[in-house]
Amino acid sequence: MSIQNHSRSLWSQMGQFDVRRRVREEPAGLISRAILIGAIALALTVATDGFATSANLLNVLRQASMMFLLASGLTLVILSGGFDLSIAANMTLSACLAAGVMKSGGSPVLAVAAALACATSIGLLNGLAVTFLRLPPFLATYGMLWVVQGLAYHYMGGSEIFGFPEGFRALGTGFWWRVPLPVYMMLFVLIGGTVVTACLNFGREIYAIGANAEAARLSGIPVRRRRIAVYTISGLMAGIAAIVFLARVNAADSAMGEPVLLPAIAAILIGGASLFGGTGSLLGTVFGCVILAVVIDGMNLLNLNANWQPLVVGAVLLIAVLADALGRRHTEKTR
Amino acid sequence: MSGDGKQNSKVEAARRKRPLPSIMWASAVLAVAASIGVPGFASRANVADIGLQIAMLVMIAMPMTLVILSEGLDLSVGALLSLCGVVFAMTLGTGLGMAAALLTAAAVGIAIGLVNGALIARLGLPPFVVTLGTLGISQGIALALTDGNAVVVGTPAVAQLYAWSVFGVPFPVLCALAAYAATHLLLYHTKFGTYVFAIGGNREALVLAGVNARAFHVAIYALSGLFAGLAALLLVGRMNAAEPTSAIGMEFDAIAAVVLGGTSFERGEGGLFGSLMGVVTIGVLRNALNLLGVESSLQVVSVGMLVLLVVVVDSVRKSRVIGAQA
Repeated sequence: MSIQNHSRSLWSQMGQFDVRRRVREEPAGLISRAILIGAIALALTVATDGFATSANLLNVLRQASMMFLLASGLTLVILSGGFDLSIAANMTLSACLAAGVMKSGGSPVLAVAAALACATSIGLLNGLAVTFLRLPPFLATYGMLWVVQGLAYHYMGGSEIFGFPEGFRALGTGFWWRVPLPVYMMLFVLIGGTVVTACLNFGREIYAIGANAEAARLSGIPVRRRRIAVYTISGLMAGIAAIVFLARVNAADSAMGEPVLLPAIAAILIGGASLFGGTGSLLGTVFGCVILAVVIDGMNLLNLNANWQPLVVGAVLLIAVLADALGRRHTEKTR
Repeated sequence: MSGDGKQNSKVEAARRKRPLPSIMWASAVLAVAASIGVPGFASRANVADIGLQIAMLVMIAMPMTLVILSEGLDLSVGALLSLCGVVFAMTLGTGLGMAAALLTAAAVGIAIGLVNGALIARLGLPPFVVTLGTLGISQGIALALTDGNAVVVGTPAVAQLYAWSVFGVPFPVLCALAAYAATHLLLYHTKFGTYVFAIGGNREALVLAGVNARAFHVAIYALSGLFAGLAALLLVGRMNAAEPTSAIGMEFDAIAAVVLGGTSFERGEGGLFGSLMGVVTIGVLRNALNLLGVESSLQVVSVGMLVLLVVVVDSVRKSRVIGAQA
């Protein structure tokens, strides 16, 4: 009796993770976000002179793509029902390390390798802490945040490293066919990541773990290995973001990552991912990043004080989750 | 209510039987080691120093315990505390008295707390996202009000109050003790407190029992906002000025203290005394490392390590208790 009940409830929960339903519902959310972007862009085109120029639009895209590089790994973690608070601190430490390597005469290639290795191993440590030590993801990555941030403070000692070789700086500032290089990186990660999450077993298993980890384990998915993998990928993406940020701003200090954590999390949630896992997509996160980048660019063009930025990011985040919740309530009522 | 006496005592006994959180051992070992190994640690003046350093964190960590017991989280308190500090200092600047300024700051705190509570309890949005949003909003308002600059307080009254002490106990420590006592009474001796545990343990059952769980749920976040507003007095008193970003990050210290104190993010388990000990442990560790001349960056690393260590030890102990029962 109890076993039957148990298995039935498992099946009904598995029913929530119905790929066809997810695919059917996903476009509605994405279309509403595309309309939102269009509306904001239209308003800014009318209200300001500088918005609808190709230079400005490409700059917006560059900002969005830098945010996306950091947020894409976290998106995978959130899809799997986890969380990673350490990405911004990880980015800071990796960028400082790369800067230190170049300052002491190392080649840019060595600097990039050092940053990626540092970032990936921090991600791996997160994954091990969450799986083998069974720490709640929020706590494990929060402890890691402070450990990593403290190491960055220690490494930099309050100083700043700036001025890097031209070849390295091109990673953040360069163009190819008049489009900034980070945009190509975003497209590459988006297309590759979407193929992996939507078409390969690996991605489907991540969605399944996020929807119901117990059911996923019982159906033979190697939950631990997949979890370790998503945290490691999150670390790797933080390292890639670190290199692009470093190349773009041409300076490293121990506080550089702090202001990007809130926008990155906000972009993912605006993109429609649920913190409970199992819903969301990389394309949604791209939309979230573009929305935030357009809004921030609009504020600059309207000469709004940069001090208002956190308020606007916070408000956009609340409006997005509120709209999602109300929309969900509406569809449940009409069903 | 009188018929439940036996039941209550049973529940009480079960609650007492739970193993002490590892934080008790950690703080005791730390304090003993520091008194032996760190010169100047066990002096009267230094103990008072520690008290001053942790007073504000106690005021934030107490309501945070209630929030986490209700299976929630309040990331906005650090930014909110900064905002309340700014509001407090600006109200003082208009010539109003300290009491009026504190009331204004508390009102702002409660207002943001009510927004948090309404979105979380009424609409069922995840606390993490909602309070992250209000974190940004509070920070933005504080920055925009001050244009990013510090607001200097004109009158010496606030600094005088901060430096005031009764029988050698500094005023901020009195505030912290009052905050602990008030939250203790609220959590363990009122209906509200029982419902806090119930909202975290099984909210559905509470609703089915005919309790207006939603109102109590909102009240928890409003309380968190209120305490942030009151703590603004200490924040401004310490520097005699209000900086728009001075308390940012404090929410993480508060969450760390609560978690160190053995309160779990699930099932409404934990207690207030553990959180107090969590704050004391963080304070003792920072102070001892300071006296040893360890640079502040490595202090940050060590607090992070301590959180991870205690959480690991607690989870190992818990799984052992479960294993022994099975």
